[in-house]
Amino acid sequence: MAGLTKKTSAFDDENLSGRSQKLFFEVTEEENFTYYGNHEVDFNKRTSIDCEGITAHDLNQKIRDAIKKGYGSIVIKNPGAKHSLGVGILNKLNLIFEGSLGYFGIGCIDGPTVRINGRVGWSCAENMMSGKVVVENNAGSCFGAALRGGDLIVKGDAGARTGIDMKGGTILIGGNAGAYTGFMMQRGRIIVCGNVNANMGDSMYDGIIFVGGEPHSLGTDCVQGELNEHEVRWLEQKIKNAEIDCKVPASKFKKYVAGRMLWNYDNLEPAEKKGILG
Amino acid sequence: MVKKKIVKKKTTTAKSKKAVKKSSNPKGYQVVGGAKLKDKEIKTSREKMIGQHIGYRYDVNLIPDYKHLTPFLKQYIEIMGWDDLNWLEDIHMGFEGDTPAVFDRNANAWITLPKKIKLPKNQQDRDMLARELLIKFQMSPNHPLVQLKRTYAKGDNFQLVE
Repeated sequence: MAGLTKKTSAFDDENLSGRSQKLFFEVTEEENFTYYGNHEVDFNKRTSIDCEGITAHDLNQKIRDAIKKGYGSIVIKNPGAKHSLGVGILNKLNLIFEGSLGYFGIGCIDGPTVRINGRVGWSCAENMMSGKVVVENNAGSCFGAALRGGDLIVKGDAGARTGIDMKGGTILIGGNAGAYTGFMMQRGRIIVCGNVNANMGDSMYDGIIFVGGEPHSLGTDCVQGELNEHEVRWLEQKIKNAEIDCKVPASKFKKYVAGRMLWNYDNLEPAEKKGILG
Repeated sequence: MVKKKIVKKKTTTAKSKKAVKKSSNPKGYQVVGGAKLKDKEIKTSREKMIGQHIGYRYDVNLIPDYKHLTPFLKQYIEIMGWDDLNWLEDIHMGFEGDTPAVFDRNANAWITLPKKIKLPKNQQDRDMLARELLIKFQMSPNHPLVQLKRTYAKGDNFQLVE
């Protein structure tokens, strides 16, 4: 990294290899809780934006302007189920939508806490990095697609392919989930308080799916695992934090994991591939 | 000439046998960063079949135990206004080669653990240490994204706060 001055520290003699970059930082330096380039916001400073008659692009710009001015709580009125609202927020923030969102709402966010007092369309919170999103009603298909981190909560039902290709984070569904929930998931956790439709966890590579009800059928390489006490405690806490009224006690949840038969798939013989895929 | 060749062959096989003995631990664990880690030497029939080790050297699905939370992480959670570790629940102490390290997804690189820090034996404690290390690195002025933002940030949406 040209331009970076090497910091003298106790770790100069470290031998780094692989893709590591020879950068140094002081692990014992004074505690700093500010990300470089982020705006300092005050959660008690509140403003509202009316979405009536403006485009998604304009609304997103207004949200960014409000963050720059230090507003920590922003209420969006009349979102009108428009698409791509609230995308690309990379700051800590309290964002409240007084209505429903269309497709690709709250995508690519990193840090904010979002509450949606309505429904959401396809691919809500796609590629979310961190933060918390709470949907008070139902969610469409591909809910939390390619999720990488943070908590994604829907108090109602979620559509098909929920958590498709997720690489981290937690999806919590208060109601039922659609077919192919956890399709190709690679990491992270999905909690479904109700039932799950056909082919749950199909082609999952890793990660955990907790189900309070019953899955209609399991997909390829999805197998039942054993729930331990520590996971029960974690489940209880997650459901409590999400303020979901789950009728199934955490200890009665079923745990599903990857059978790991698809690992190193390319190295398998054709007969083995056939055997796994059925 | 023939005799010499045979002698050479014998010595090489003896050396390779010694090397095999050194690498395999009779107790079934491998010492990395002061911690005893299981798994690396275990070869299942499937691994033997495909000729390579499958999986990670730590439990990638381990759910954090909040009893092991450090004061630094408690403060971080409070400042961010979250109920729990949020995205940090997926952060684990991994390894780059045989060096304990945590992966920074923003920098797309491993942050290796300084030798001065002793690696705890429990994975829960190791993961908490990894989370703390990652946050400190991400908030350090030496993080690679700081330089990248300074160089490439442009337009009204990406004005920097110095």
